[in-house]
Amino acid sequence: MTSIGTGYDLSASTYSPDGRIFQVEYANKAVENSGTAIGLRVKDGIVLAVEKLVHSKLLIPEANRRIQTVEKHIGIATAGLLADGRQLANRAKDESASYRDNFRAQVPIKYLADRLGSYMQVYTLYSSVRPFGISTVVGGVDDDGPSLYVIEPSGVFYGYHGAAVGKGRQLAKTELEKLNLAELSIREAVMEAARIIHLVHDDSKEKDFELEMSWIGDETKGLHLPVPKDLFAEADAKARAALEDFE
Amino acid sequence: MDHIDMQQLKSGEVNLGTSIMAVQFEGGVVIGADSRTTTGSYIVIFFQISVDSGASEHRLQANRVTDKLTYLHDRIYCCRSGSAADTQAIADMGHYYLQMQAQTLGTAPTILTAAALMEKMCYTNKDQLSAGIIVAGWDKSFGPSVYNIPLGGGLFRQPWAIGGSGSTYVYGYCDATYQEGWGRDQTVEFVKNTLALAMSRDGSSGGCIRMCVITEDNVERLFVPGDQLPRFWEGREVLGEAKKPQINRDVVPMAVEA
Repeated sequence: MTSIGTGYDLSASTYSPDGRIFQVEYANKAVENSGTAIGLRVKDGIVLAVEKLVHSKLLIPEANRRIQTVEKHIGIATAGLLADGRQLANRAKDESASYRDNFRAQVPIKYLADRLGSYMQVYTLYSSVRPFGISTVVGGVDDDGPSLYVIEPSGVFYGYHGAAVGKGRQLAKTELEKLNLAELSIREAVMEAARIIHLVHDDSKEKDFELEMSWIGDETKGLHLPVPKDLFAEADAKARAALEDFE
Repeated sequence: MDHIDMQQLKSGEVNLGTSIMAVQFEGGVVIGADSRTTTGSYIVIFFQISVDSGASEHRLQANRVTDKLTYLHDRIYCCRSGSAADTQAIADMGHYYLQMQAQTLGTAPTILTAAALMEKMCYTNKDQLSAGIIVAGWDKSFGPSVYNIPLGGGLFRQPWAIGGSGSTYVYGYCDATYQEGWGRDQTVEFVKNTLALAMSRDGSSGGCIRMCVITEDNVERLFVPGDQLPRFWEGREVLGEAKKPQINRDVVPMAVEA
């Protein structure tokens, strides 16, 4: 890494001579080390899925979840430092609650993504703080229908039809591009999400992982909920079968 | 009492001793108000004092055509009652918040959001304010809606709402008259009649009637001059002239000994 030893990478408040902020780029490295998180925006809703790497058999299954509910109709999936993800989710909850309190309405997804982006951007301005080591997939259904955003450590956010962050994002993105997301139903999207997470998991390098999936759509009456056990099992089994055929 | 009673009007404070009203119908809302403004027990407010050039004569102008129907956003208006200063300040803040909201979201705010913002101001400052406000209008999410915000705060969605000092006289009339499913013209008639009745009974209400019809397409202003108000039974002399006592001349007072 050319940035090391130059002295321009010690603080987020210092530019390098060619206009980069290395601390933000290092934050992106923290994201790249994390298990993959994906989001699918389809015809009638949103599906979020996460490849949660399990580093110890002593951990309780389904603990340390990386998909969190922010508002009744909004979920976020994070890739990167777990604690940073929690901090951001707490901020998102506060933002949504204050929006509801002030305006007596559900917070629009775009507005929330904008607020969280601004919140994260502030951590790229000062030498006394470190940027967030997470990329966040924000998904929800509001008055304008389903929407999906990704917020990066720099604070920028983009809207997506299909989004992938973390270790396996490249492969996941190519898989997402093959899908006709605008025509997919939310049930089909759950199957695809499970398949993509299983596909991008590299079991030669990583030991074990847990699949985490949630959805929002007409089937959940607009609520962000974990994918029900039976559907989850079906998607999980199908994904494993597809992978064996593939190999 | 060791504290100042804020509900009491300060000397010279301008008050909207008022009759205001809002009614929703299929496709929109009709809002209306009288045009009288009062200070204490005086009916008229002198709001403009002009000094004629050269002469030192002060001329006082009376405002009897106050507009209590106040713009908050493109399709959201409020009817103000209580202190004119307080309600104008609240409406100004509401207008500001709604512009910010519309700008950040890129869409027109809902009536609920507008009313919630106004209610928050009324409730959190209830000790300092005297304001009774009705917020009404049309929005994409809920269509036509009317929200009542009474004196100390609180937010109530109603098919119709009346407010101000004149409203107390006409609750019965509204209960007996209002019906669901009215069109625009019937609703305008209802508002006009109710306000005329309230204005005739309430000494602090009067003057002209102003109305607004708010629909998806536009906001239409209506005006009824004071000499064209709907008239109802206005009473008649029941006792007539006092009768002169009938004196029976045949009856002679009893003679009394000297």
